[in-house]
This record gives sequence, C-alpha cells and structure tokens, in this order.
Amino acid sequence: MKQDLEPIFLKFPNRLREDLIPMLQMIQDKFGYLSKDIIREVGFYLDISVNKIYGVATFYDNFRFGPVGRYHIRLCHGTACHVAGASTLLQELEMQLRIGSGETDKDGLFSLEVVSCIGACGLAPLIEVNQEYFTNLSHENIKNLISQFREKDRLSYES
Amino acid sequence: MNRVLLDPDRESSVAVMKRLSYFSKERIHKPYIYIGSGTCGVIAGAAATHDAVRQYLAEHSIDAEVVRGGCMGLCQAEPVVDVQLPGKARLSFANITEEKVSQLLDDVLNHQIPEVEIIGQYDSKLHQLWDKIPLVGSHPFFARQDKVLLEHCGLIDPVSVEEYIARGGYWAFADTISRHTPIQVCKLLEESGLAGRGGGAFPVGKKWRITLEAVSEQKYFVCNAVESDPGSYMNRVIIESNPHRLIEALLISAYATGASKVFIFIRKEFRLAIERLKAALEGAYEYGLAGHHIFDSGANIDIVIKEGARAFVCGEETALNNSIEGKRAMPASKPPFPAEKGLWDRPTSVNNVETLFNIPSIVRYGAGWYQDKGTKNSKGTKLFTLSGKTRYYGTIEVPMGLTFREIIDQIAGGLNTGEPFKAIVLGINSGSYITPDTIDTPVDFDALRNIGSSLGSGAFVVVDATTCMVDMAKFFTAFFQKESCGKCIPCREGTARMLEIIDRVTRRPPGGDSLKPLERFKGVMQLKGLATVIKDTSLCQLGKSSPNAILNILKHFKPEFDMHIFERKCEANVCRDLRVFSIDVSQCTGCTACYKKCPVDAIIGSPRSPHFIIEEKCIGCGNCYEVCKFNAVTIT
Repeated sequence: MKQDLEPIFLKFPNRLREDLIPMLQMIQDKFGYLSKDIIREVGFYLDISVNKIYGVATFYDNFRFGPVGRYHIRLCHGTACHVAGASTLLQELEMQLRIGSGETDKDGLFSLEVVSCIGACGLAPLIEVNQEYFTNLSHENIKNLISQFREKDRLSYES
Repeated sequence: MNRVLLDPDRESSVAVMKRLSYFSKERIHKPYIYIGSGTCGVIAGAAATHDAVRQYLAEHSIDAEVVRGGCMGLCQAEPVVDVQLPGKARLSFANITEEKVSQLLDDVLNHQIPEVEIIGQYDSKLHQLWDKIPLVGSHPFFARQDKVLLEHCGLIDPVSVEEYIARGGYWAFADTISRHTPIQVCKLLEESGLAGRGGGAFPVGKKWRITLEAVSEQKYFVCNAVESDPGSYMNRVIIESNPHRLIEALLISAYATGASKVFIFIRKEFRLAIERLKAALEGAYEYGLAGHHIFDSGANIDIVIKEGARAFVCGEETALNNSIEGKRAMPASKPPFPAEKGLWDRPTSVNNVETLFNIPSIVRYGAGWYQDKGTKNSKGTKLFTLSGKTRYYGTIEVPMGLTFREIIDQIAGGLNTGEPFKAIVLGINSGSYITPDTIDTPVDFDALRNIGSSLGSGAFVVVDATTCMVDMAKFFTAFFQKESCGKCIPCREGTARMLEIIDRVTRRPPGGDSLKPLERFKGVMQLKGLATVIKDTSLCQLGKSSPNAILNILKHFKPEFDMHIFERKCEANVCRDLRVFSIDVSQCTGCTACYKKCPVDAIIGSPRSPHFIIEEKCIGCGNCYEVCKFNAVTIT
C-alpha cells in the first residue's frame, strides 16, 4: 500500500496541511476511492490524525469511501433540470437500480451520484455515465438505457 | 510579441496592426474551421464533429486550419461550426452534428452557401460579405446584448497566447505593470464603480485598496471559480472560452493589491475549463507574463490552480480560504475581512470570475468608459445563464438597465411552450422571483432591492404554469439544507425545520391527513418566524439566504401555496403525493393488477369486480396508474 502511494507522496515534499486536499484528490483519481488504509498512510505522511483527515474528507461531496460501480451514473439536478423533471428521473433511477444516491449496488455494476449543473441545460434532463452523456431523458427511455447497460455488461463478461 | 505589448503606440502603426491581424485570424491564408467545443458543445456532439471534419479534410487533401474553440452563447445551436474562407466574412452554422459535415464542407469550401441551419455571418471591414446572409449581430439573441466579457468567446482559440495578444489581450496588463503604480490601479477601479458580481456587489476598488494598504510581507489574491449555484454556469463557459482573459485580470489584480501569489480555486468537475486554464497558464509563463520579474518591473506574480472538492459553501470567501488551507470549508465571522486578514492570516482579496473578466476592459478603456455603461448606480454589464421554457437559451451579457421583459421577449424570443409566463427564478443565493407584476423591473441592484429582490449570481430560469412554485421552494430549501456546513445552529437546524414544514405541505402523509387546515396554517406562521430568526442570526450568507426561497413564495405565490395547504391540490401536477387517484368503474375489469402493486394496501376489490381506491390511505405513488392496462385509473 505504502509503495503504491509513494509516487503521489513525492509530489508533496513539504508535507504541508494545504497539501491534504490535492493529495486526497490525486489518490482518489488513481485508486477510485479513499480506503481506511490509505487514509492512515496519508496521516502518517502529513502528520495529521486520521479523524481530522476524515473530518475534512467527509465534508466535501467529491470524496468517496467505497468503490464506484462499473457504470457510474451522474444525474444532473440543477434548477433547469429540476424544472425539466430531474426529480422524477431520480426516483425512477433509484427504483430501477435499487440504490440511493451516493450508493453502489451489491454487484458493483451501478453507482449513482447526483450533481448540480453539468451545463447542458437545454438538453435536460441528462445523465453522464463514465464520461458519456445521455440527454433528453424521460421516465420511459431511462428504463431502456439501464437495460442496455446491463446487457452490455453481461456481454463483456461472456467475451 | 513582447515588443508589441510594451509599445504604447502600437495602435497607430498600420504595419503592426496588419501583422497582428494575421495572428488574430482576422486575416487568413487558408480556410479556417472553428468548432465550438465548450462543455455544452461536447455534450451535443462536437467531438464527433471535429473528427468528421478532420477526416473530410484528409480524404479530400484540403489544407485548412481546424480549431476547437469556446462557446458563443447560443447553447441550442451546438455543435456550432464556423467557417472562414480567405477574403470572405466568417460564417457561423448551427447544429452541425457529424453526419452534416460533408454537406457543409462540400458547399462552403466551394463558396456556396450550404443547406444547413445558418446563424449568420460576422461583420467585417476586411472581408467581402456573403450575399443574403444576415449578420450574427442582428440575430434576435445577440441584438440587444452588449458583449464586453463575452467579446472573444466563441471566436478565438481559447489557449493561444498570440491570438489573444493580437486581439488586444495583455495590452492592459503590460501598460499597467510598466507605467502605473498599484495605487493608481486601485483608484481607477474605484472610479469605475465596478461592483462584485458573485452576489455581494461589494466595490472592487475599495476591496483592493484595503489589501494594498494592509501591512504584510506576503499578500495573496484568490479567484473564486466555485460557481455551485445549480442554475448558473457562465463562469465555467467564460473560463473554457477565454482563459487568458482571466489570467490577465488576475495579473492586474495581483499587481494592484501587492499580492505575489494567486490561487484560482475552481471546481474539480470543470474538467475542460481546468485543462484549458492549465494550457493557457503555460503559454503565459512562457511569454514571461507571469512568474518572476515580469517585464523588468520587479514584480513577481505566481498563479496556482487549486481544485475544489465540492461544497456549495466554498463560494463564501472565508470558507473558500479555509478550503485552500486544507481544512473543512467552514465560514468564519467577519470582521476581520479576508481583504485584511485572509489566507494564513495574510491580506487576501477574493473576487468572482465574472467580476474579474471586467478588469482588462476597464484598465484598457478607462473608468469613464465603464461609467457610461449601465445605470446610475449599477455600472457595466451582467452575465446571465438563460434556461427553462424559452425559445432561445444560453449565456448572455446584457447592459445594466435592460428590463427583464426585454430579456425574455427580445433576447430569449419569448416562451416556447404555449403556456403563459409564470416567473423567472433567479440565482439560488437570492431566492428571488420575477413575476408578471415585476417583469418591467430593470436589471439594476437598486431597482431589485426596491422590489424586495436581489440579482443573485446570474441564473435565469424561466418557468410557466407547468412548474409548481411550492416544489421549487422545496428544491431550494433542500439544497440549502444539504449544503449547510453545520457550524451554526440557525442554519443547521433551521434549514432542516423549514424543509420539514414545506415537505409536509407538498405531501399527503400515510394514514390520511389528520391535521386540520388550521394546524397546517399554524405551521406556515411558524415558518415566517423561523425564517426571520435564521436570516438574523446565521453566521454566513448561505444561512442568511436560505429562507429567501420560501419567504418569496409566500409573498408572490400565496394563492398557490394556500391551495396546497387547504385544498391539498397542486395545479401544476408536479407534487406527486397530492394527486388524487380513483378508479373508473366503467373501465375496470377487476384484474387485480393494481391491488397487487399498491404498496400501502389502499385498493380494495375482489377479482372480476371493479376495484376502489381508499383516498385516505393512498400516498399517490402512481403504481396503480402505471400497471393498469385498461386505463381505468384516473388522476385529478
């Protein structure tokens, strides 16, 4: 674990308090989420207690403490999207995926995150899945989209 | 290029200006194809368009320059593709997805106008205009705008230093650092009357002077690029489309306040904006515009990007500074203000991106020029992000003083749904609404204060009768409740209580409405008292603004609110839980599908005889409606 984190630690030779958030961001970009072990190592390196690090990391929405699904769905819930029906879409997604916002399903297939303002207000409501965008969604076509993802995942396992 | 920057008489030399026009791409040697590739463009398919263009040029062995650019503001036209042929005016085309690329280029590269949607041509004294093509400037979306901050957005290669300099960029900074003192710059900003655009409207020159005059061996400058209002995205758009302008503004600001280190605090999700900003910074450093001993002036200015980990409260300057320091983004009480005692207790001026974008023009054209724009007490222009139920939408820049009616009717082209106009929902930090009664109010800080509203960040969502305003207030309150940092009780507990009350108004509790209307009314009275306490006693602006959404609903949309409370009805049909479901006995076949689906056993009936929904038990989930194959379930 410590060896994997070395390349990132080396980028912060001064071990300052202000390095904490950029370091956690770099670690999450590489490993996908912040595990207990990782936080412990960061604590040793920066000389900050683990509970303080958790205090900072849990404050911000971007940090995750568990893995995301193979299809990580980000639903936009800005004001324009809300007016276009994003809250209905969210309810539908939660029902279809059987998880709430901020959770990953037990198969590790889907995870759901609600964000505000992706910036495509005219194409609302929309979702971003693994950096691909799906726009002008509705209560009906979202069901098809989820089935397509399930199918794609099943095929990728069989090949 | 540096010689051009440092030459105060550059504009009087015809030879210099002619050479610059090649760098600014006003004069070109070969066809120039520009693909609008801001985030909205990419979402609409601009990446595929770009690949298709490159492929076309390769297949036909055509030598042309292809640039991935920024956003011209008309979001529904994305992907936008501009084509400029040597000697002819630049043409702008809308909705050019990858399959339209061949048709577009086949015609236009042969000097024919293609049969695709055309926005217009850009006016130019240097080039021959095309026949019968309208000017982009006369398009209704652009005609009433005053593009100062948006001047180059959608026209230039965002990352190119040369192109930016050739179009007048960094001239203001070069003049400032070689011919003016910091106090002179602060005075200029004070005279101009520029006020902050993030929502606070604090005079910029005054803030800078406080930092400049504070005694400290180290000073900082912070750019607030947090922009977390769920309805606004203009800061992201302008950074993606013209990052050099931000850099220039920051260099001038740092010089004026005596800061040697600048932090651009930007949301990590703005991936494209960060990418372009990093590339632009590299270019600026290469040119010696930032770094050490800039232009032999002795000034050192270092610019660093810090990526935010997402919290709405980071938009508050003291919380932002705490986040940069590596702590939880919790606000601190003011005074002391960050301008005197900010980052690591050093003097730190914090300004919003839109505010900063005004700086280069003010420095270049003077305080008088800026004072001529706008109204008596609100100078300059304002950016809005138009969205909702209008014909045209996107990022716009209007002169202060234009009325909201003019924005909707003339710039946005009116509503496109056939329903009448209901309200404009302004930024979440103002929680204000513009209604048919106040639609003739001009965009002006004082005028808005007079009607008990405020401008906010610039979000501008137009809604009609299909939007429930009570639901909108609930959405805003829920947002504040989630984003509350938790430090002070009025906000932490207050937002939770307000949310509970308004949630009850939009829901029918299981077990039926045991509360009589008078009880619900008492809840609303409590709401008003609660809101006053929260406004008066919250530590920061987040808490203080949190009751606005609800208070303004009570002010402007009382009948709608009352209908939710007393008649338990949502006319816009948005509050799902207030819908009344019933079964039409003439259609029901007694298939029992609905009975099986009902999660609260509110449907009774035996097989093959008509079923019945018990209204008191029904929670309005709609499952029965969805599962019925005989259209027997009706909603009122």
